[in-house]
Amino acid sequence: MSRLAEIVRRDLRLALRQGSDSVMVVTFFVLTVVLFPFGLGPEANLLERTSAGVLWVTALLASMLSLDRLFLADYEDGSLELLALTPTALELLVIGKVAAHWLTTGLPLIVAAPVLAVLLHMNADGFGTLLFTMLLGTPTLSLVGAMGAALVLGARRGGVLLSLLVLPLYIPVLIFGVGAIDAAVQGLPARGLLLLLGGMLMAALPLAPWAAAAALRQALE
Amino acid sequence: MHRFANPARFLRLAAAIQPWTAGATLILLGLGLYFGLVDSPADYQQGESVRIMYVHVPSAWLAMAAYSTMAAASGVGIIWKHPLADLVAKAASPVGAAFTFVCLVTGSLWGKPMWGTWWAWDARLTSMLILFFLYLGHMALLNAFDDPTRGAKAAGILALAGFVNIPIIKFSVDWWNTLHQPASVSRVGMPAIDPAMLLPLMLMGLAFTTFFVTILLMRVRSEILAVKVRAIRLTQIHSVPGSATGELVGESLR
Repeated sequence: MSRLAEIVRRDLRLALRQGSDSVMVVTFFVLTVVLFPFGLGPEANLLERTSAGVLWVTALLASMLSLDRLFLADYEDGSLELLALTPTALELLVIGKVAAHWLTTGLPLIVAAPVLAVLLHMNADGFGTLLFTMLLGTPTLSLVGAMGAALVLGARRGGVLLSLLVLPLYIPVLIFGVGAIDAAVQGLPARGLLLLLGGMLMAALPLAPWAAAAALRQALE
Repeated sequence: MHRFANPARFLRLAAAIQPWTAGATLILLGLGLYFGLVDSPADYQQGESVRIMYVHVPSAWLAMAAYSTMAAASGVGIIWKHPLADLVAKAASPVGAAFTFVCLVTGSLWGKPMWGTWWAWDARLTSMLILFFLYLGHMALLNAFDDPTRGAKAAGILALAGFVNIPIIKFSVDWWNTLHQPASVSRVGMPAIDPAMLLPLMLMGLAFTTFFVTILLMRVRSEILAVKVRAIRLTQIHSVPGSATGELVGESLR
């Protein structure tokens, strides 16, 4: 456990000192969301109806934006090999890195989401559910994304390839995240959809680090 | 299983099996097309367009079967480092992608007169589309590395991770009550389909399966030959002119 905390602390310190991935991610999130009223027109009804989908799609793209840096920097300067040589299990290393990634990108997105929801005229009934779906969904995105990031290490055109690998696997999270918000806005029970989101997180939590560690192992061979 | 890890033995075996599966494909496809297009009733609701089903349903089955084959081969490749398994996975994915594409296109052609739309964001259709993207990702990852073995390993992990989609496709019509009709063949007890329609469907299903096996064998054989060619080229580059390249080729193929 202390090793896990050590990895998280290291990555957080690196993220804070090496300039701010989080600021960029949130800026991307805000800017892309702001594009939608221009693209769709400022009609409040239309924006309200599309707000859940717009927020989720842009949040998903924003969290993917910083994924290719997850292992790449450590892979290129060789510290990933040193980390793999330590007695810490590689799976634990992945969990630590994912936790740091989520803290630097997922969490800022969650903080920014309600403000943007106001700009998109989202019904106030949906705010709580929006936060809750993001809280359950973004860690899943980071976990699945970590697997993709580990797979494309050393590949040509890794960044574009990463989106091709990861986006199809993101679709279920998107569907249930938006579905839960829409249900809450319409006054329907969102509990079942939230449980499904939670279930996906619980499934991804052990499986994704396992797959990512396997991918890292073959990348370091 | 490791008996067939020897490429030479596999090549002999594949060459012996392939004419039989190819012949079976021709016969079954001929029979299936005859019963499907000529000697089967039109549906009382769907009319003649029910015949699209005889291509649509088998290609959907094979799209999933090809993915399962690919995932199983990838698993074998990762666990036992079976040299042929990676080649099987590599050979299966474009074929599976083609089946998925055929399934989506025929479904769309059928959907226009029946549902009144080319496409609907229904659970079954969406999960099938995701399957298509998974195939594309698998193929892209395979070719993304300078070292082909590296690509095979990475793609293998992706194939196993994407396998979660297969049960979702299968049960999507039961879990979500949407546009696509539920399963009518693989039901407990009697299939909910007329025997006159079941016969061509089964024939076509078998024909598609033998076709898949034939193509898979052909592709694995050509992959083995491609590996050989690559090894020969490498030894030719690295060896001094006039040295015994033949031995080196044999060595690199194990």
